[in-house]
Amino acid sequence: MAGRHTWAMVSSAMTDLAGSPASDALPAGLRRVAIDPLSRVEGHGKVTLLVDEHNRVQQARLHIVEFRGFEKFIEGRPYWEVPVMVQRLCGICPVSHHLAASKALDHVVGAVPVTRSATLLRRLMHYGQVLQSHATHFFHLASPDLLFGFDAEASRRNIMAVAETSPDIARRGVLLRKFGQEVIRATAGKRVHGTGSVPGGMNRHLSREDRALLHEGLPAMIDWAEEAVDLVARLHAEQPGLYTRFASFRSNLLSLVGVDGSLELYDGVIRARDAAGCILLDGVSDQACLELLEEEVKPWTYLKFPYLKSLGPEQGWYRVGPLARIQNCDFIGSPRAEARRQAFLALGQGEPVHASLAYHWARMIELLHCLEMIATLLADPALLAGDLMAGGERQRAGTGVIEAPRGTLIHHYEVGDDDLVTRCNLIVSTTHNNRAMNEAVCAVAREYLDGQTLTDGLLNYIEVAIRAYDPCLSCATHALGRMPLELTLIGPAGAVLDRLRRSAEGRIERPGTALELERAR
Amino acid sequence: MLVFGWGNRARGDDALGPLAIERLRAKLPATAPIEFLEDYQLLPEHALDLMGRARVLFIDASVTASAPFELSEPVAAVDSAWTSHALSPAALLKIHQSLRSGPVPPCTLLAIRGECFGLGEPLSPLAASNLEAAVTWALGWLSETGESTRTFVIN
Repeated sequence: MAGRHTWAMVSSAMTDLAGSPASDALPAGLRRVAIDPLSRVEGHGKVTLLVDEHNRVQQARLHIVEFRGFEKFIEGRPYWEVPVMVQRLCGICPVSHHLAASKALDHVVGAVPVTRSATLLRRLMHYGQVLQSHATHFFHLASPDLLFGFDAEASRRNIMAVAETSPDIARRGVLLRKFGQEVIRATAGKRVHGTGSVPGGMNRHLSREDRALLHEGLPAMIDWAEEAVDLVARLHAEQPGLYTRFASFRSNLLSLVGVDGSLELYDGVIRARDAAGCILLDGVSDQACLELLEEEVKPWTYLKFPYLKSLGPEQGWYRVGPLARIQNCDFIGSPRAEARRQAFLALGQGEPVHASLAYHWARMIELLHCLEMIATLLADPALLAGDLMAGGERQRAGTGVIEAPRGTLIHHYEVGDDDLVTRCNLIVSTTHNNRAMNEAVCAVAREYLDGQTLTDGLLNYIEVAIRAYDPCLSCATHALGRMPLELTLIGPAGAVLDRLRRSAEGRIERPGTALELERAR
Repeated sequence: MLVFGWGNRARGDDALGPLAIERLRAKLPATAPIEFLEDYQLLPEHALDLMGRARVLFIDASVTASAPFELSEPVAAVDSAWTSHALSPAALLKIHQSLRSGPVPPCTLLAIRGECFGLGEPLSPLAASNLEAAVTWALGWLSETGESTRTFVIN
């Protein structure tokens, strides 16, 4: 392993838009917008705001990368390749795809349930995945906004500035993520492109050496996770108005829960609550989850909009992810995280908390839960020995549902007699949260857009709102020179009123020429 | 010495970094005092992989570099991260510095020109040609004798 150290040593030391949106899909009085083809490069973040004649924001459109084409990429491949191949979907949560595919294909090979050892090893791997992703998200992406304020200049709102001013926080973030990566390496075999989970089970046990290494690091990690929950709770307490109001809107909540109603990240049944916290549906098998959902297509984006079929697109959309999970469940099965959850729930005064920024708080509660669960699992001898593979009668299809760091992740496969995948359907967390992210951006724009001029401040606020959901941009390429954010304001007649662009280097650019504005239209 | 390439092998020319690692690993003897690392992207914890290195070679695809490749020596600096988890080499060095993980090692960035980044696409012909040139250059760079490294024979 590269740069391997003991924990003691370490501690000391988009994208694009459809080109021809139908005008009848637009609200009355608003015009369609097409984006400059030059910007059709994966990895751009693009936000379009549509305002009416009174400069009120009527609609926000967040255009982000989707796995378009990935299903076709999988179809025609042997099913046993899929759990490894799908890891290329995402550089941030490849393990979630690895496990969701494995779970779906367990059904295809008739291995349901898989053995106890395999289940525990997969769970351990998944807790490592959620831990490392949550750590990166909070410490790397969110903490600069939260610690320095949303108005802080872009050059300060980054992990480097946190490392300068609060080196302990930055160091803990790095080491928590590193610990999660070590869990993944120990269970999947490698930090990247792991092969530990296969259809029907696992292909390796945890080694005694790795168990000892992870044991050594755990106490400090759990302490740091508790302090991270306290930190985000304190930030909420210091500015309750801002944290409650910012990008807040009511929505349904959807997630897996355990059959006993506990918080469940790896395997369970589907539950959904309405905005008031009343259960809409519960106990739905993961194999039936696709029957619950439909996906609405909008003409301006490739990213679909899922909703509960029974409620329709306007009433049936929902949020997924940490905020949904810790409020959808009845309890968390690990004591420290459950105590923190109870404190969090008090914020809602009997109703679910709907503030977008509360995602960060919920995320840190889950991070603590992951560490507690890792501690519990490491004590189980079934990680070190026991049957790894199960089998049974071949089936033609299977669905795997898992709670990935950003929310519910669904993989569905159909496999022919020749073992080749004939159909692949993936619904990822970012897609589930598509409507919610647009609502969050809209809420922020309605509050902070003043007139017809886009400001650096508004760009900042929109970034903060989007970061709460952590949309998956990581399936995009990461070649040098990419990843800007572009904000466009469109008037009621379809005219581009303003554009603002932040380059990957942090420069704010305002295309000012008539030609550039015309191209943006 | 660390050689670190990143990118997504399923995204056309974005695979340039990992493929360069693969080629270099195959051409160099296992006993060479070099550690190879491949990942999807630069992330904060990679700062820990820089600890105690005599030299570091970063390798990535680039849409802005001139063909076949460009070389630079990144220095620790703050840059603008958006909603992505990915970092730039300069930002990674800044984190390493800020975490007081020891002195920042001398780093070289090998940015290989890429053109096509479509899902499931193979390496474009131009990128393949650029890759060969970049690997040839990297082999020369790696065989340079430094204070902390020794000369070795390239296969």
